[in-house]
Amino acid sequence: MISQNLLIVLAAAPLAGALIAGLGRKQVGRAGAAAIATISVALSFALSCVVFYQLVWGGAPVFNHDVYTWLEVGKLSIGIGFLVDRLTALMLVVVTFVSLMVHIYTIGYMRDDPGFQRFFAYIALFTFSMLMLVLANNFLQLFVGWELVGLVSYLLIGFWFDRPTASAAALKAFLVNRVGDFGFILGIAAVLYAFHTLDYSAVFAQAPSLSGRTIEVVGGHPWSLATLICLLLFVGACGKSAQVPLHVWLPDSMEGPTPISALIHAATMVTAGIFMVARMSPLYEMSPTALSVVLIVGATTAFFMGLVGIVQNDIKRVIAYSTLSQLGYMVVALGVSAYAAGIFHLMTHAFFKALLFLGAGSVIVAMHHEQDMRYMGGLRKRMPITWITMWIGSLALVATPGFSGFFSKDTIIDAVGESHIFGSTYAYWCVLLGVFVTALYTFRLMYMTFHGKERFKVEHGAHASHDHHQGLLSHAPKESPWVITLPLVLLAIPSVIIGWFTIKPLLYGNWFGSAIKVLPQHDVLAKMGEEFHGTGAMFWHSFTTAPFWIAFAGFAVATYVYLINPQLADRAARMFLPLYRMLTRKFWVDEVYYNLFARGGLKLGRVFWKGGDAGLIDGAMVNGSAAVVERSSRVFRRLQTGYLYHYAFAMILGLILLLGGLWYWGLH
Amino acid sequence: MSTWPILSILIWLPCAGAILVLLAGGARPRVARWLTLAFTIIMFGLSLVMLVQYHAGPGGFQLQENLAWIPGIHTSYHLGVDGIAVALIVLTTFTSILVIGGAWQVVKDKVHQYMAAMLVLEGLLIGVFCAMDALLFYLFFEAILIPMFFLIGIWGGPRRVYATLKFFIYTFFGSIFFLVGLLYMYHRAGTFDLQTLWAFPFTLQEQTWLFFSFLIAFAVKTPMVPVHTWLPDAHVEAPTGGSVILAAIMLKVGTYGFIRFSLPITPDASQHFAWLVIVLSLVAIIYIGYVALVQPDMKKLVAYSSIAHMGFVTLGLFIVYMLARGQHDVQTAALGVQGAVVQMVSHGFVSGALFTCIGVMYDRLHTREISAYGGLAKVMPWFAAFLVLFAMANCGLPFTSGFVGEFMVILSAFTANPWIALLAAYSLIIGAGYTLYLIKRIVWGTAPTKEAAAMPEINTREGLVLGAFAVAVLAMGVYPWPLMHLMDSSVAQLVTHLLASKI
Repeated sequence: MISQNLLIVLAAAPLAGALIAGLGRKQVGRAGAAAIATISVALSFALSCVVFYQLVWGGAPVFNHDVYTWLEVGKLSIGIGFLVDRLTALMLVVVTFVSLMVHIYTIGYMRDDPGFQRFFAYIALFTFSMLMLVLANNFLQLFVGWELVGLVSYLLIGFWFDRPTASAAALKAFLVNRVGDFGFILGIAAVLYAFHTLDYSAVFAQAPSLSGRTIEVVGGHPWSLATLICLLLFVGACGKSAQVPLHVWLPDSMEGPTPISALIHAATMVTAGIFMVARMSPLYEMSPTALSVVLIVGATTAFFMGLVGIVQNDIKRVIAYSTLSQLGYMVVALGVSAYAAGIFHLMTHAFFKALLFLGAGSVIVAMHHEQDMRYMGGLRKRMPITWITMWIGSLALVATPGFSGFFSKDTIIDAVGESHIFGSTYAYWCVLLGVFVTALYTFRLMYMTFHGKERFKVEHGAHASHDHHQGLLSHAPKESPWVITLPLVLLAIPSVIIGWFTIKPLLYGNWFGSAIKVLPQHDVLAKMGEEFHGTGAMFWHSFTTAPFWIAFAGFAVATYVYLINPQLADRAARMFLPLYRMLTRKFWVDEVYYNLFARGGLKLGRVFWKGGDAGLIDGAMVNGSAAVVERSSRVFRRLQTGYLYHYAFAMILGLILLLGGLWYWGLH
Repeated sequence: MSTWPILSILIWLPCAGAILVLLAGGARPRVARWLTLAFTIIMFGLSLVMLVQYHAGPGGFQLQENLAWIPGIHTSYHLGVDGIAVALIVLTTFTSILVIGGAWQVVKDKVHQYMAAMLVLEGLLIGVFCAMDALLFYLFFEAILIPMFFLIGIWGGPRRVYATLKFFIYTFFGSIFFLVGLLYMYHRAGTFDLQTLWAFPFTLQEQTWLFFSFLIAFAVKTPMVPVHTWLPDAHVEAPTGGSVILAAIMLKVGTYGFIRFSLPITPDASQHFAWLVIVLSLVAIIYIGYVALVQPDMKKLVAYSSIAHMGFVTLGLFIVYMLARGQHDVQTAALGVQGAVVQMVSHGFVSGALFTCIGVMYDRLHTREISAYGGLAKVMPWFAAFLVLFAMANCGLPFTSGFVGEFMVILSAFTANPWIALLAAYSLIIGAGYTLYLIKRIVWGTAPTKEAAAMPEINTREGLVLGAFAVAVLAMGVYPWPLMHLMDSSVAQLVTHLLASKI
């Protein structure tokens, strides 16, 4: 039995840590804040491991209880509570582990930042919000966690709030996420409409009843209710997991400090959409149409966002586009009903992508906050631990056989190959070509950063170190302190080995049990399971498959272009200038959105305000009617001149008219 | 205690207090302030007593008092409260304390008169929420204008005369139609007693005329598009305390009127013309959202945001017919009404808090121009934390009060018609847009001037006021159940009443 109190402590510990670190400014101090936040998250991690153990080996049943009633109207009751099955437990461990690593790392990374305490308050609060999301047992609580992680993301992207780019990126991230939440809340409303409850277990139990149910949104055109629900919920996933066309906020979110890029914008928050769809698998299974949309969106993101990553020069932005692309892979897995594979890739990606981000942060610290890779190079000798761990992360990312990313990504590619739903051919090409793209940008990053000639200059006494200009550094870059390198090493270990012993149980052993539901006709993983002969066989077999050689081609091209013959890259960029520009402008999506929504919105507001409120209502109606009264009184005022002879004249005129009228009409 | 006429005490005690303040505090502003504060705290305590005495389980109208008033025209001094009224009265007494605390040293001129006006206003507002006689309701409804008129006209900004006149004539214009409607009802039913009027079988034609006479009065007060333009002007010119009361409580008088008059007295006409109110509510949410986006004046921005948020209240109230009568879904109908009432209370906290925040800034720089501020996170970190919290509540972030009502209304609107929910949910985007765009400009970034960089951090008094608002906003967001439980039976009874057609 999992105890409810244990779960409450698990979830609330980071909240308490956040409150103490954030509100007790002078009382706890900098070291105190860091210690309290880190210990609270460590406690959550320890308890998550206990829960995981109890559930997987201890034979504990699934936990599903409300802690308190949040809303009650008539018979409808919605609570705040916990649902802990294996899907939740896996997420708990991943989230708290990465969060703990990031907490430790932050002690070193943010050491000199004046916002040190605030930062710890935020990341602990984030951990709480993410746990609320993962632990939810109903749609309301899911939405609560969903929006709270968005709030903390907003606060952290704008952490250096005096930078205009940071506060703009924060606003953009929140608003784009809100577009997703707009769909998400309608999806929840549709769930309530369909099932009259928001409780997971009740909804999932009734999910099969969706079959054949329709709703007339546009008169005369009945839509499948299941499709409508799933698509609306998926809009939310697109926002949070940065899928095309709501991907625009994630690259800009790199304005935030690097630890949160690792925690929020790579390992945990952005995977909330993947977790959500996997959790809703009983609903998504009811709608092949929705699954096709999921598949196509994911495949598009996986390939095209990877392309953009090739031309980025900011080290963090390369990894950000890589994250977009990898999230696309996870979404593709969901689209072909290989939910377990999506979650599996979520897990391996959490480790190696957090590793890559934290490694990039280590480089950035060494480079005195220079993020442009054109001014790096040759760092491998100066920071060997960062160099080696980032190579491990990179090899995992490009799915080198044996590394964790290999097991998860190759599974996804195979699953797409097995699937026959609409869009699977397109998706297959996208994910296959995506492998080449991934290898290209990953090795480009490694070569530009760690290999080749040093492209920065060290000048002692150069002005303020944070004021980076064209690779001019005041001190030579050196390896980061142990609080930074320790998390790198601890993340590198699972990045290498985790795939070996998790792939079989997670994917082919019905490990998730009732948490994930797949209809037999969609079950590509079951088909693949029949051909699965152990990890060793998968490892050896991979050298004969397309993805390996495609990745190898990417590696070869990157090695030639960025290591052996560096001038080639510039020449290629000039040769394919339109293509190059399309990629550096990120397909012009930002420009279109900015003009259409941001500037368009302001323009529309001005038209409404000046034209509608000030012009029509106040100008014409309110002040207009006042003016009419005033003008007419000015006219009527003239009647009362005060001169007796005017009144006498008026009386006589009136009398004449009256008598004349009587006489005239009297005659007839 | 239970035999005490607690509602009468709640109405008339502040009026007595006002006289005392006027007499005792004329030359001594300190005395006036402390005396007023004492009265508002006692009032809050008494309202809690009322809260305890009210039994939420059975619902209905409790703590009734009924005295003959003008027997010749069958009108009586009839008071009583249901769960909705209890919630609004506690909101009123709670906010009143914070308004007095917020205006502590800010109002320097004619302090005793200001405090007295506030106390009278508090009593009259409670009177509106307690009245069970239409004429009595009308009396309180109109009388509110008088102290408000003085608050803006005497302690207001430079354009206060225009604003006061606009405010007064606008609302008075609406009330005239209401009065005619009341007289007609009396002519037909022979009484002003609300419960009799609720049950009285008006024909559809009569209901239609009555519905529009109510609609004009309450739409102005709420305010609904297109009769909302008095509100931004009134807010801009009103002193901080006046703005807080106006936004937090006075606007609710309009929507409370819909609950007490339009819905139960003219249910069939309301059903017939619900589309009109729904359309106007959606226009308020979207159109006003865009107007709020481009305001250069913070107070106008928050005032427009109030109009948009009140759109959720009217929306929640009027989708009830589509649900209860159209689809026989009483459950979801109750969800919508409950959401509307929750939104009324929540908007009281959130808008009150936001106007208090603007007051805090105005006291330091004496301008409401957004462009005059920047970098508050650095200059006044505690204040900035409060402001961001209230801004998030204004965007409807979960676990703040602003989320609860909007969530419930959107949820129930979907069942009524997905398109209504779609348009209402647009508030998630546009509301976050104008609120966080404001936050981006004033909280983040850097201070534009030396004065803006030297603004002192909030003092203890301001911290207490904002802290109290923050506790209310968070408590209601994290655990809204007690509030819902308080009103659940009353809402259910209202919905049941609406089910029965009068024709």
